[in-house]
Amino acid sequence: ITAFSKIQQKNLEGYVGFANLPNQVYRKSVKRGFEFTLMVVGESGLGKSTLINSLFLTDLYSSEYPGPSHRIKKTVQVEQSKVLVKEGGVQLLLTIVDTPGFGDAVDNSNCWQPVIDHIDSKFEDYLNSESRVNRRQMPDNRVHCCLYFIAPSGHGLKPLDIEFMKRLHEKVNIIPLIAKADTMTPEECQQFKKQIMREIQEHKIKIYEFPETDDEEENKLVKKIKDRLPLAVVGSNTIIEVNGKRVRGRQYPWGVAEVENGDHCDFTILRNMLIRTHMQDLKDVTNNVHYENYRSRKLAAVTYNGADNNKSKGQLTKSPLAQMEEERREHMAKMKKMEMEMEQVFEMKVKEKLQKLKDSEAELQRRHEQMKKNLEAQHKELEEKRRQFEEEKVSWEAQQHLLEQQKLDASRYTLVHTIALTLALLLLLD
Amino acid sequence: MAATEIARQAGEGVRAVPLSGHVGFDSMPDQLVNKSVNHGFCFNILCVGETGLGKSTLMDTLFNTKFEGEPTQHNQPGVQLKSNTYELQESNVRLKLTIVNTVGFGDQINKEDSYKPIVEFIDTHFEAYLQEELKIKRTLHSYHDSRIHACLYFIAPTGHSLKSLDLVTMKKLDSKVNIIPIIAKSDAISKSELAKFKIKITSELVSNGVQIYQFPTDDETVAEINSTMNGHLPFAVVGSTEEVKIGNKMVKARQYPWGTVQVENENHCDFVKLREMLIRVNMEDLREQTHTRHYELYRRCKLEEMGFKDTDPDSKPFSLQETYEAKRNEFMGELQKKEEEMRQMFVQRVKEKEAELKEAEKELHEKFDRLKKLHQDEKKKLEDKKKALDDEQNIFKQKKTAAELLQSQAQQAGGSTTLKRDKERKKNDGCDQS
Repeated sequence: ITAFSKIQQKNLEGYVGFANLPNQVYRKSVKRGFEFTLMVVGESGLGKSTLINSLFLTDLYSSEYPGPSHRIKKTVQVEQSKVLVKEGGVQLLLTIVDTPGFGDAVDNSNCWQPVIDHIDSKFEDYLNSESRVNRRQMPDNRVHCCLYFIAPSGHGLKPLDIEFMKRLHEKVNIIPLIAKADTMTPEECQQFKKQIMREIQEHKIKIYEFPETDDEEENKLVKKIKDRLPLAVVGSNTIIEVNGKRVRGRQYPWGVAEVENGDHCDFTILRNMLIRTHMQDLKDVTNNVHYENYRSRKLAAVTYNGADNNKSKGQLTKSPLAQMEEERREHMAKMKKMEMEMEQVFEMKVKEKLQKLKDSEAELQRRHEQMKKNLEAQHKELEEKRRQFEEEKVSWEAQQHLLEQQKLDASRYTLVHTIALTLALLLLLD
Repeated sequence: MAATEIARQAGEGVRAVPLSGHVGFDSMPDQLVNKSVNHGFCFNILCVGETGLGKSTLMDTLFNTKFEGEPTQHNQPGVQLKSNTYELQESNVRLKLTIVNTVGFGDQINKEDSYKPIVEFIDTHFEAYLQEELKIKRTLHSYHDSRIHACLYFIAPTGHSLKSLDLVTMKKLDSKVNIIPIIAKSDAISKSELAKFKIKITSELVSNGVQIYQFPTDDETVAEINSTMNGHLPFAVVGSTEEVKIGNKMVKARQYPWGTVQVENENHCDFVKLREMLIRVNMEDLREQTHTRHYELYRRCKLEEMGFKDTDPDSKPFSLQETYEAKRNEFMGELQKKEEEMRQMFVQRVKEKEAELKEAEKELHEKFDRLKKLHQDEKKKLEDKKKALDDEQNIFKQKKTAAELLQSQAQQAGGSTTLKRDKERKKNDGCDQS
C-alpha cells in the first residue's frame, strides 16, 4: 500500500488552478521569514568585517558593535552576531559567525578545531530538536556558508589554508575568496587564481559547487562564474563620489577601486551569487548533504556502538528503531533456533537414556527368564530323581518284602521241615 | 509589516539594522519558489463516501481530466481503498496527484468497522514517512510524500442530517487528516432546503466535536476570502464531465427537463468555491497542516508508545544519542535476559528429566532385585528339597546296606552263595561309596 502504483500522465482539458501553487509557496515563505548563517574565516586584517558590511550594505560592525578585528584575541574564538534585516517585504534573520584569532598565533596548529566544534554543535542542536518527541518549529542555526579569506600573497595557498579547507569541506559549503584584491593587478590575480584552483584540485578539496540547472542561460552564467573562482574581492565602508555617482570604494592617490565595479573585482559576482541567486541552494546543500552526513555518522555511531563493522554497512538505510526491531526479530529467530536445537539434543538424550533403560530392563528380564527356566529345569530334574528314587525304593522294598516273605517262607519251610524231620525222627523212634 | 515567524522565534534581543541600499535578498521567496517548481509538487486526496455519490465524477470535474475507474458495485464485502497516482502539468507547474477512493464504503449491513481501513491507510502512510525520517541514511528531500493531505468527505444529499456512519467516521478521522465535508449531488436539494441542511450539518459537527479543516485566516493576503469561504462549508457540489451549450459556450453541466445545472455557476452550486479553496488558494496549506499538525501528532504518539520522551526541563537537555543508547542497552539487556531464562529453563528440564529417569532406573533395579530375591528363595527351596531327597536317599542306602549285610550274614551262615552275595554287596557298597 505504501508503494506507488505506476504513475500515469494525464492532460488537463481546462483550467484547474494548481498553477497557483508557486504563489502559495511564495506567500507562505514571506510570512514565515528567512534565516541565513554566514561564517567568515581568515587571518585578521584581511578585511572580513568590511566585506560583510559591503555585502549587506549595513554597518553590521560599527562603533557600537565593533567587529572582532578590533578586539585582540589570544586564542581562536567563535562569535555570533544576529541581525534582522528587511527588504521588499522580505525579512531575513542574518547570523554572521566570526572567527577572530584564526591564523594569528605563532603556532596555529588546531586553530580550526573551534570552528569545527562550532559547526558540529549547531548540527547537534538541530539534530536534537529534530529528534524530540514534542517538536516545534525548528530554528535553523546551522552554518550555511563559510567565506574563507585567502591572503593576497600572489603565490599560492598557505599550508594553513589547505589544512583548514580539507578539514571543513565536508561540513560546510566553502567559498574561498581572495581578500584585498586591490593589491594585485588583473594579471597577477589571474595567475594567483589559477594556482589556487590547481592546488585545490590537487588536495581534492571540495569547495561549494553551483548546481546544474535545466536552463541553458543559467548554465552559461554559472560557467562564467566557475571560470573566475576563487572570487577576488574588495570591501569598503566608505562611499566615494566617482563621476557624479556615489559608490563604495577605496580611495587611492592613483584612483578609486570601486567595490561594485566588475572590472575592478569580483565583489558583485559574490554578492549576486551568495545573496541573490544561490542563498537558498546554500541552505539546501547544508541541509541535504552536510547535515545528513553529520546525522548519519552520529546515529550510526550510537546504534552500532561496538557492533561489527561489516554488519553495520548494509544496514544504514534503516532507522535506528527499525534497526532495533530487526535486531529483536533476529534475536528471536536465533533464540527459537537455539531452543529448537536444545530441544532436539534434549529429546535425543532422553531417547538414548530411555533406550538404555529399556535395554537394561530387557536384559534383566532375559536373565530372570533364564534363571526361571534354569530353576524349572532343576525342579524337573529333581522330580525325576525323586520319582526314580521312589521307584527304586518301592521296588527294593517290594524286593525286601519278597525276600522277607521268602525268608519267612524259608524259615517257615525250615521250621516246617525241622518239625517234619523231628516228627519223622519221632516216628522212627517209635 | 507583521513580524515573521522567524523574527518571533529570534526573540526580543535581536537588533534590526537598516540597509543603505538594495542588497538583494528579497529574491529569497523567488529562489525558494524556483526550487519547488523544479522539484515538482505532490498532493494526495482521499475521497470518503458511499458508493454512487459521484466521487470519481467530482475528481474528474475538479481536475478537468478523465481519471481511471469504472463505477463500483454495491456488493463489496468490506471497505477497500484504491489509490491512483497521476502526473499533471499546468503551465510550468508539475503536480504528482494521488487520488484515493474508498470502495464499498457504506454498503455493508454492519458498518461498525467501516472507518478502520481508512484510519489504517492514513496511519500506514504516516508510518512510512516516520520510518524514512528515522533512517540513518535517509533521502527526505527526494521522498515521494504519500501522506493524505486532504480528505473530501461526501455527505449524501438527504436534506435532513448527517448519518451516524458519517459522524462516527469523521470523528475518527479529524485528528488524522484535514477533513473538508461536501454535500454530494447537491442538485437534488432545493435552495431553501440546502441552507437548512448546511446549518444542520454544521451544528451536528460542532455538537459532536468533529474538527473539520478551517481555511487559514492568519495570512492577511488570503484571510478575507478564506474566512468568507469557511462560512459556506460544507460545500454543496455537483460534478459533471458532460458539456452542454449555454449561450455560445460549452459548459460543464447536467441537463434536466426542467433546466440545466451548470457546474461552474456559483448560483447553482459551490463547485467553484471548492476548487478555489482546495486547489487554487490552500493546497499548500493543506499539505503544511498535514505535516506540522497531523503527522506530528502521529509521530509523537508513536514515539511515546515506544517509550521515548523528552527529558524534563530541569534535567539535562534531551540528547538523542543518550536516549538511543539507553534504549539499546535496555533492549540488549532484555534480550540477554531472555536468553538466560531460556537456558535456565532447559537446565531445569534436564535436571527434572534426569531425576525422572533415575527414579525409573531405581524402580527397575528394585523390581529385579525383588525378582532375584524370589529366585534365591526358590533356589533355596529347591536346594532344601534336593537335600531332603539326598538325605532320604542316604537313609535308604543305609537301610539297604544294613539289610543286605544282614542278608549276606545269613547267607554266609547258609553257604557260599551268601559269600558271593557279600562280595557283590561289598562291591556294590564300594561302588556306592565311590
